[in-house]
Amino acid sequence: MIQLIVNGQSQHVPISHGAETRAQSAADATLNIAQLLEHMGLQGKRIAVERNGEIVPRSKFDQPILTDGDRLEIVVAVGGG
Amino acid sequence: MPDKLMDNLVIAGTTYSSRLLIGTGKYKDFDETRAAVDASGAEIVTVAIRRTNLGQNPDEPNLLDVLPPSQYTLLPNTAGCYTLEDAVRTLRLARELLDGHTLVKLEVLGDPRTLYPNMVETLKAAEILIKEGFQVMVYTSDDPIAAKQLEELGCVAVMPLASLIGSGMGILNPWNLQIIIENATVPVIVDAGVGTASDAAIAMELGCDGVLMNTAIAAAQNPVLMASAMKKAVEAGREAYLAGRMAKKLYSASPSSPVAGTIGRLKT
Repeated sequence: MIQLIVNGQSQHVPISHGAETRAQSAADATLNIAQLLEHMGLQGKRIAVERNGEIVPRSKFDQPILTDGDRLEIVVAVGGG
Repeated sequence: MPDKLMDNLVIAGTTYSSRLLIGTGKYKDFDETRAAVDASGAEIVTVAIRRTNLGQNPDEPNLLDVLPPSQYTLLPNTAGCYTLEDAVRTLRLARELLDGHTLVKLEVLGDPRTLYPNMVETLKAAEILIKEGFQVMVYTSDDPIAAKQLEELGCVAVMPLASLIGSGMGILNPWNLQIIIENATVPVIVDAGVGTASDAAIAMELGCDGVLMNTAIAAAQNPVLMASAMKKAVEAGREAYLAGRMAKKLYSASPSSPVAGTIGRLKT
């Protein structure tokens, strides 16, 4: 499991077996954004992601950059004036 | 005097035929949003950027399916941001969300009760965003100095309030708007305060380049009909501005009908 703060809420996200065996310590990155989005039912949605205050471009969604304690914002476009 | 047919709104080098920009908030549902946008003829529509609802129905419809960026110019805004940091982060996310789209609406609010803009934070945020390559249309108080400073920073349009956001109070200070318009070399778009069609027409008659509104349409009893009214009001106001109104006089010594040939006695 990895603990993330997603949109201000604490989330425990399971990590895949393959990722777990690669991880050397809890501090190692073990999860990618695509896996997180799938876990949250957001795969294929028009969203944008910020990790610890920095934009994560879609091209990096498959890189295992997420580590324990990361703060993520996942946003959509909604009606507004 | 520009010809009516050639009279387009140009923002950051892009030409728009509609001078009405509308927001997409506060509608009953997406069907009503889409119907109002279509009735308004708006080409530029504002959208807000918000956190996804965690744990809610992932199949709920997405605004971008209703208003596809291929058909409309989406203008992501920073509504609800009270600091320059939040505003800048929001628009960076918007740029990523909309595949590198750089035309944005910046607003940094100063007070949740009035939604009056914080101009110090707005100026700082505009400077950062412009350096990062954004094309910034900026919500501002109707302070002519602030409006000019925003233009000098490189904002592609300045958007002064006519009255407070969502108030529907109309054009409270036409004189300030007039000074802003006279000083500006970028489009001036009244943003906020329009309540009904005549307000939009007055803004355009003053010489504004466009009007941006949300609540005036969404909170009308019949939003789609009001959207249509606003389209006509903006067009009518623009044409009246281009036509050049007659001078105001307390009374006229020159009647519209011929003086000679009346059957009675002529009064001199």
